[in-house]
Amino acid sequence: MGDIQFEIDGQTVTAVPGMTVLEVARKHGIYIPTLCHHEKLEPFGGCRLCIVEVEDRGWTKYVVSCVFPAAGGIIVRTRSEKVDRLRKTILELLMAHAPDAPQLVELAKVYGADPNRYESDPSFCIHCGLCVRYCAEVAGKNAIGFVDRGINKEISFVPEIAAQYCNDCKACFPLCPTSYLQAAFVYAQAMTCSTS
Amino acid sequence: MARLETPEALESFRQEILSRRDPDSPCVSICAGAGCVASGADEVIAVFEKEIEAKGLSATVSTKGTGCPGFCEQGPVVVIYPEEICYLQVQAKDVPEIVAQTIENKQVVERLCYKDPATGERAVKESDIPFYRSQQRTVLCNNIKIDSKRIEDYLALGGYAALAKALGQMTDLEVLEEVKKSNIRGRGGAGFPAGRKWEGSRNAKEPIKYVIVNADEGDPGAFMDRALLEGNPHSILEGLILGGYAVGAHEGYFYVRQEYPLAVKNIHLAIQQAEHYGLLGENILGSGFDFKVIVHQGAGAFVCGESTALMTSLEGKAGEPRPKYVRSNVKGLWERPSVLNNVETWANIPLIIDKGADWFTSVGTDSSKGTKIFSLVGKITNTGLVEVPMGMTLREIIYDIGGGIPNNKKFKAVQTGGPSGGCIPEHLLDLQVGFDELTKAGSMMGSGGMIVMDEDTCMVDVARYFIAFLTDESCGKCVPCREGLRQMHRILTNITQGKGKQGDIELLEELAETAVEASLCALGKSAPNPFLSTLKYFREEYEAHINDKRCPALACKELINFYIDPDRCTGCGTCRKQCPADAINGDKNLIHIIDQDKCTRCGTCFEVCPPKFSSVVKLSGEPVPDPVPEEERTIRKKTKEKG
Repeated sequence: MGDIQFEIDGQTVTAVPGMTVLEVARKHGIYIPTLCHHEKLEPFGGCRLCIVEVEDRGWTKYVVSCVFPAAGGIIVRTRSEKVDRLRKTILELLMAHAPDAPQLVELAKVYGADPNRYESDPSFCIHCGLCVRYCAEVAGKNAIGFVDRGINKEISFVPEIAAQYCNDCKACFPLCPTSYLQAAFVYAQAMTCSTS
Repeated sequence: MARLETPEALESFRQEILSRRDPDSPCVSICAGAGCVASGADEVIAVFEKEIEAKGLSATVSTKGTGCPGFCEQGPVVVIYPEEICYLQVQAKDVPEIVAQTIENKQVVERLCYKDPATGERAVKESDIPFYRSQQRTVLCNNIKIDSKRIEDYLALGGYAALAKALGQMTDLEVLEEVKKSNIRGRGGAGFPAGRKWEGSRNAKEPIKYVIVNADEGDPGAFMDRALLEGNPHSILEGLILGGYAVGAHEGYFYVRQEYPLAVKNIHLAIQQAEHYGLLGENILGSGFDFKVIVHQGAGAFVCGESTALMTSLEGKAGEPRPKYVRSNVKGLWERPSVLNNVETWANIPLIIDKGADWFTSVGTDSSKGTKIFSLVGKITNTGLVEVPMGMTLREIIYDIGGGIPNNKKFKAVQTGGPSGGCIPEHLLDLQVGFDELTKAGSMMGSGGMIVMDEDTCMVDVARYFIAFLTDESCGKCVPCREGLRQMHRILTNITQGKGKQGDIELLEELAETAVEASLCALGKSAPNPFLSTLKYFREEYEAHINDKRCPALACKELINFYIDPDRCTGCGTCRKQCPADAINGDKNLIHIIDQDKCTRCGTCFEVCPPKFSSVVKLSGEPVPDPVPEEERTIRKKTKEKG
C-alpha cells in the first residue's frame, strides 16, 4: 500500500497505513504532549492530553492522536483555542492530585493551567497506567495492577509476585510521570503490610 | 418430539400445538415479572393452581405465570382468557372468588377491575384500560400470553416463523436488506441504524464474525430489557439467530448482568429448548446454517453496557472501554467484526422479517421508525412499562398513558435517556418522542428510561444525583471522566448545600465541555448531560442556590427550614410526637414551635401534619420568623357564633 499524505499544522506529512497521528507527528518532529504514552507499550488513551483537532471532509472533530489512525487528506491541528482549553482543564484536574510533578508543572506553563483551580486531593497517582502496563507488557510479570474503579481506582502491587521479582527490576519506578517515588511508595507499602 | 428438519416440520409442529389447545377453554395468566412478584404474584399463582385443582378444573383450565405486561403500579396483574378479563392488584384471598365467579360462572368480579380515578368507570378488558388503550404494543404484547419457560407458548403465537421464512425463502442478503429497509435504529440509546451496522460487519474482511445481545441494562429505574428477557426470551434469541444469518456469524452472545438471575435462567432454558428442536445449533431447520449461542454474565458495572467495554469484559478482562477509532462492527470482540445490539432491537427483528419492513416503517416519525418501550417511573400515577409508536408526544405518554402527576402536583420535568440523559421542561411537553427530537432538546432516547419529576424536585439536586451515579460508575480510565466528574460532583454538592460561589456555573461548564469532547467513551461524553440540560432549562434555580442561598423547589435540606405557622397550629401534637430529633416544643392547647438549632430538617413534621391544618411550612432563602412569645402560645378555641 502506498504512503498516506495529510497535513499537520500546515505541514504535509507522510505515513504508512497503521500509523497513528501521534507517531506521524513525532516522526516529523511535531510536538504533541502525552502523559500515558510510551513507545514500547500499547496505546492506552487514558490521559487524553494528546487530543488534537482533525478536519475530515469538512467535519471538525476532537480525537486523541495516540490512537487515531493516520488517513489521507485529513487536516490535523495540534494547537487551537479549544485544544489548548481542553488540555488546560485536563492538566488542572491532574494537578489537583500531583501539583508539583515536574512534567505537569512544565506543561502547565505552556497551557496556562492553574494548579489550584480545583479542590486538591493529593494522591500523586494520575492513573496513566505506565507502571501497570510496563510490568504486564514488557516485564511480563503483572506484579502491579489497578484495583477498584472510577475515583476509587488505585495502583497496587501484588505482594506475592512483587516479593519475587520487583527488587531486581524496579523498571517501572522511573516511568512514573508524577513522582519517581510513586511506584516505590506503593511498592514499599505492599512489602511492609501483610496481605491479610 | 424430535428435531425439526424443515420449515414445514416447524409449521406442522405449530399446528399440532394449536390443535392441542382449545381456544375457548379458560386460561389464567398471572404476571410473574419482578414487580408483580414483589407484590405477591408467586402466592397468587400457587393459590390459583391449588384452587383449580381442588375444584377439579385442572383438565380444562390452565394456569401460567407469564412475563411482565407493564402495568407494575397495579400488580399483581391477572388476565383470564379467552375473554381477556383483566384483574389488578390481585391477592391470594381474591383467588377463590375469581375461580368461582369468573371461571365457573363467567361473571366478572367488578371490584378487581381497573377503575378510572376520574370517572369511576370500570374497565373489564386489558385493552379498555386507559394505560393500555393509547399504547401500541408490538414487542411487549406477548409477554402476558407466554410462560417464558415453555417454547410451545412462543411457537403457538407464531414464534420462529420469521426464522423459518428467512432460512427457507430468503437469502442472507435479503434478510439484511429487509432490516436495512426497515430503518430500525438501535434501541440501546445511540440510535445507530441497525442495518448499516450489520452491513459493516457482513462486508468486513475477517471471516469469523459475532453477534451479541447487550443485556447489561443498568439505568436506575429502567427495566425494559429485563421484562423482555424474563418474559419473552425466545423473541430475542430468534432475532439474534436472524442477525447471525444476515451477517454471516455462527456464534452469538448474550451479555446479561448477573443482577437479573431470572433472565439468565430463562435464556439458558430458551437456548436449550431451541437446540432441542433444531432451531439452534447445527443445520438449523435443515438449511445448512449453523449457529450457537453462549451466555455471559456481567458483574453489573454500568460502563459494561458501552460497546467496547462490554466486549473487553466478554474477553475476560476488566470491563474498560478501548480507545479505538475503528468501529466494533469491523473490529470488536477478539478484534473480529461484531454486531452488538440491545435486547429490544433484537426482539424487533423477527417482527420485521415476519411482517416486512413496510409494516415496520408504517409506524413512527421520519427518522425514527417503529415503537419504543419506555419505563415510566417517578412522580407519575401509572408507573410501568409502556410501548408507544415513535412520534407520540411526551404529553400523551405522561398524561394519557401515565395518568398524570399524583397528588395534584405540578409537572416540572421529565428525565429521559437514563442517567446521562437530560431533563425536558414543561414547555416542551408536546415534543414528539424520537431519537433526533430528544437529542435536539438536549436529552436523548437512551434505552428508554423516563423519570417524571414534579414541582417538589430541585433540578440542581437532580443533576447532582445523576452525576454522582456516573462518578460511581465511571471505570476511571480517562481523566476527563474520572477527574472531571469527581469535580463536577463536588461543585454541585456544594451548590445544593448553599456553599456555591460565583463562577461555579462557568467552572461546571468548562468541566462539562472537557468531558464531552475529550472522554474516552460514551459514558464520559454524555455524563455532563444532566447538568447541561438542567442549566439550559432551569438556570434560575442554579442562580437562586448560588446567589440567594435559596432552593426554589424547597428540596435541598441545607437550604430550607421548617416553621410552624402559629395561626394554623392546633396543638394536636402529631409532629411533636414523631419528631426524631426532639426539636418540637408544645403541648395540648399550646402552639408548637420548632427549635431550629435542634432541627435536622428531616421533614417528618411537614409530612405528618394533618392536611386539614397544614401548619408546618418550608422556608428557603428567607429568615425564620421568631417563635411566638411564651405568653401568646395558648390556643384559644374559636367559639362558634350562634345565630
